[in-house]
Amino acid sequence: MSAPTLDRPAAPDEAALQAQFDATIAADHRIEPRDWMPEAYRKGLVRQIAQHAHSEIIGMQPEGDWLLAAPSLRRKAILLAKVQDEAGHGMYLYSAAETLGADRADLTDKLIERKQKYSSIFNYPTLTYADVGVIGWLVDGAAICNQVPLCRSSYGPYARAMIRVCKEESFHQRQGYELLMTMMRGTDAQRAMVQDAVDRWWWPSLMMFGPPDDDSPNSAQSMKWGVKRHGNDELRQRYVDMTVPQAAVLGVTLPDPELALDPETGRYRFGPIDWTEFKQVLAGNGPCNDERIARRRAARDDNAWVTEAATAYAEKHA
Amino acid sequence: MSMTSEGGHGAVPTGPEVPVEPKASTARRDWPLYEVFVRGKRGLNHVHVGSLHAPDDEMAVHAARDLYTRRNEGVSIWVVRAADITASSPDEKDPMFAPSGDKVYRHPTFYEIPDDVPHM
Ligand SMILES: [Fe+2]
Ligand SMILES: [Fe+2]
Repeated sequence: MSAPTLDRPAAPDEAALQAQFDATIAADHRIEPRDWMPEAYRKGLVRQIAQHAHSEIIGMQPEGDWLLAAPSLRRKAILLAKVQDEAGHGMYLYSAAETLGADRADLTDKLIERKQKYSSIFNYPTLTYADVGVIGWLVDGAAICNQVPLCRSSYGPYARAMIRVCKEESFHQRQGYELLMTMMRGTDAQRAMVQDAVDRWWWPSLMMFGPPDDDSPNSAQSMKWGVKRHGNDELRQRYVDMTVPQAAVLGVTLPDPELALDPETGRYRFGPIDWTEFKQVLAGNGPCNDERIARRRAARDDNAWVTEAATAYAEKHA
Repeated sequence: MSMTSEGGHGAVPTGPEVPVEPKASTARRDWPLYEVFVRGKRGLNHVHVGSLHAPDDEMAVHAARDLYTRRNEGVSIWVVRAADITASSPDEKDPMFAPSGDKVYRHPTFYEIPDDVPHM
């Protein structure tokens, strides 16, 4: 070792390290990349952050399909900015995953080989332009509910990435809602298009929060470690409570006959979620799983020459 | 012991006991990792905002602009290869900083001054 001032005493034993880690979590302080951490904490975080990053990246596709078809220059510019943000979110998150020893290119390979998952919501198609608005309103709205508590995640780099993401999500949701309001002021056909999009996206958006807590294998441990701050069911309930009044202002009907305000709790009761569908989509059998993965694979393989050319150029000029 | 930056492999493999997936030697077909620092506005320090991969320094600055300053978040960007950063130690609870812990006399609150002494 060249710098004697940096010498450390003999490494403390595992139990002492674990105690130090537990104390940091108990004090609600942040774990930073170079801290000792239990292997399960590291692995669980890589899994969660990678899954989150993949969702941002794959999430560009359904909306990206409308970039060329957006009805005006204004709408094109907005959609382009939104899709670019989602790419940025993916990058922030891969960057956080790398602080845990993951490798970015390797994570992409795992996504393409279907060894890692992404949010089931992006396996549904965007059939009309109203879907762009509904995704902003409902899908980004649900993402906000999920992500705001993650700004206080116990892992520093993840929490910091989420703060950055959350600052940008509000634009996503508002542009979507404004788009829908504009269509609702239009023709009967446009209003029908919005209602149709709401009918198709409402239930999948509820599934974004994941299975019920008693069927969510990783949730309890994630909460104990402060990686997650709230259970899936609580977050889902918050989302419903926020969204129902927004639907009323917009003038659309949420496709759930059981949706009703519980006067005792002040919260909305809603009907049963079709978890069979959720599991099917997650297992790869949704309407667009194959298409999404094929496109991501093509992006990696078809653009590999750019990576190689830039590397060759850099080496030549080094 | 290698002591490098927060991002990427540099931060984590503090020894053979820390696992890296996949093994660092087999992973590098990606561009090198850069750490990014942004000055939010005039009068503020550059602050670490994250990392990215780029083939060279110049491309790293361009990528940093696109990735970290899409909404006027900065007026100046620094990028530095993660591998070129030397950090205090692989542990954030660094014994190097322990000696300052018992030097309370370096803080103004250590000194008791009567309340009626003005401007102090
Ligand atoms: Fe996002
Ligand atoms: Fe978004």
